[in-house]
Amino acid sequence: MAIMNIREAIVSTLHAEMERDSDIILLGEDVVGGNGTAGGPEAIGGIWGTSPGLWKKFGPERVIDTPISESAIIGAAAGAALSGKRPVAELMFADFVGVSLDQIWNQMAKFRYMFGGKTKCPAVVRLVYGAGMQTAAQHSQSVYAMLTAMPGLKVVLPTTPADAKGLLTEALRGDDPVMFFEHKTLYGVKGEVPDGDHRQRFGEARVVREGGDVTVVACGRMVNFSEKAADAVAKDGIGIDLLDLRTTSPLDEDAILESVEQTGRLVVVDESPPRCSLAADIAAMVTERAFTSLKAPPAMVTAPHSPIPFARNLERAWVPSPQKIEDAVRRVLAFR
Amino acid sequence: MQLNRDELLGAYRRMKTIREFEERLHEEIKTGEIGGFTHLYAGQEAVAVGLCDQLTIDDKIVSTHRGHGHCIAKGCDVKGMMKEIYGRAGGLCKGRAGSMHIADLDVGMLGANGIVGGGAPQAVGAAIAARIDGKGRVGVTFSGDGACNQGTTFEAMNLAVVTKVPAIFVFENNHYSEHTGDAYAVGTNRDIASRAEGFGMKAWRANGCDFFETYAAFTEILEYVRAGNGPAAIELDTERYYGHFEGDPQRYRGKGELDRIRAERDCLKAFRARVTGAALLTDADLDTIDAEVLALIDEAVAEARADEQPDPATVADDVYVEYY
Ligand SMILES: Cc1ncc(C[n+]2csc(CCOP(=O)(O)OP(=O)(O)O)c2C)c(N)n1
Repeated sequence: MAIMNIREAIVSTLHAEMERDSDIILLGEDVVGGNGTAGGPEAIGGIWGTSPGLWKKFGPERVIDTPISESAIIGAAAGAALSGKRPVAELMFADFVGVSLDQIWNQMAKFRYMFGGKTKCPAVVRLVYGAGMQTAAQHSQSVYAMLTAMPGLKVVLPTTPADAKGLLTEALRGDDPVMFFEHKTLYGVKGEVPDGDHRQRFGEARVVREGGDVTVVACGRMVNFSEKAADAVAKDGIGIDLLDLRTTSPLDEDAILESVEQTGRLVVVDESPPRCSLAADIAAMVTERAFTSLKAPPAMVTAPHSPIPFARNLERAWVPSPQKIEDAVRRVLAFR
Repeated sequence: MQLNRDELLGAYRRMKTIREFEERLHEEIKTGEIGGFTHLYAGQEAVAVGLCDQLTIDDKIVSTHRGHGHCIAKGCDVKGMMKEIYGRAGGLCKGRAGSMHIADLDVGMLGANGIVGGGAPQAVGAAIAARIDGKGRVGVTFSGDGACNQGTTFEAMNLAVVTKVPAIFVFENNHYSEHTGDAYAVGTNRDIASRAEGFGMKAWRANGCDFFETYAAFTEILEYVRAGNGPAAIELDTERYYGHFEGDPQRYRGKGELDRIRAERDCLKAFRARVTGAALLTDADLDTIDAEVLALIDEAVAEARADEQPDPATVADDVYVEYY
């Protein structure tokens, strides 16, 4: 197994899969980077450094810099997917879903169903999301819940390099539109990555740790924050079942329910505002399906119901913290 | 050009304020005290000042992610801006906006914008409001050569044309959208003004590094738009001296390119040469302004550093207007 970070896992997976399957194409703003300048193509290999070398290796037919036009990027991906290609479209900030929403929401997500199940739309949209870099209200949002709410889309959020490889490979080999969320603060996270072919099935949560007292469900950066909270309460002998969802659509309901049936206590951690959130969805699902197992009301740890502020200390106050997760764990344990 | 002495001094002061604000930020960012993304406007001063000097406080502008220059030209408080960029409680937007979303509606500056192309339709809305109010006001949108490719810009231009509202589309072509050149990304043979013409709008073209040429073009445009002829557009050939954002290594630039544009296409140097050459102002006049501007920027940075951080308890305030 190689040690690499999430960024490297994504780059190497793109290289390997594009080599394996000539139908895969990549498009987005600055994915080549430097086109039409004296520095030339690949002066920059993608603004997040997730596409270096791809243009040199696969050429301008398969690695396409686009003008700034997200509707066109996503719409072109949808059309190419209907025409036998496997496009990977990059939105350098997930917030720009706003600009391209119709092509995701009314088009790509609905083709298969609307056309009587006779077609497929194998497009992967890579979205860079999340708070933590003071990028403020229009560049920090975690819009995964919104897209999870839309039937027809698969929604994926890797938190380890191994999962980045496994989930991206699965996305590229599947036939559905996949929203592949990359947290902007996690690119540097290192870990072991299996060599060779590695696919991670969707809808299979990762058991990060087993502790038996409280079930904590999280995704993305919140998994790492939950681990910190789990370390903190472990000092007092409290054991956490921590689940990393990996994908929110499909959702591994069984893993969540199984754990809650054991612990009787649930904390859901979600890096977005609370109303109609992933946290609310999971809390409701558990309340409905495992009510008699519950020893305390499910707790949601979310951001406040507000946009994301710029100032460093305000942003810190906005993002759910390990401390808030720890407090929620203690709260559900203290309930009687 | 009938600019009087005071107008010339004022224009120079605003351009110089923008330049020093940016030069100073370029240094301060290295300290790590300023977070998030900062996109500097240095090099493009003649555009913002050439236009905004001819606007009133009731004319509205909508800006880009590169908004400091538009803010200063439109009359935003420089110290309030600096505090905002430092994320302080006394900032123009209480530290919520930062560099990329800064706004000051009191001076008709409806906001920088983190969404490329997000502003253009809003300027049309401002122009609709201006026409209803009937006081000859205008709505202006600034866009880069990148933003002109966004659907919103096209939709806004068409809406402005069919409604014949007093909207002005200002295209600042600094030849780069992030790291991609206009030679690659702008499909009309790089001619953005012709797109506006394609929608049936009258369009101007000017050298955006020449304050006087830019100013004169805006005088004509404002006359045309205020007379009720409907919207207008202008494409300005300009330069940005710094990277797309602070920290951008600019590997896409040609060798010596930055030195060359600084030497040959500096709107401040050109302004000085022109006004002193024509004996309209003296070097001493301009040097005095330089010193005053530098002192103002020093104060702004010191006050921003000393200002308080916003109270974390206020993080979810201002989501809605409170009615009771
Ligand atoms: C909708 C959207 N897409 C992409 C971006 C990322 N982005 C920020 S600035 C920029 C380039 C803008 O270029 P241009 O309009 O030429 O303005 P300039 O930076 O040259 O001032 C891009 C792609 C964004 N902020 N919003």
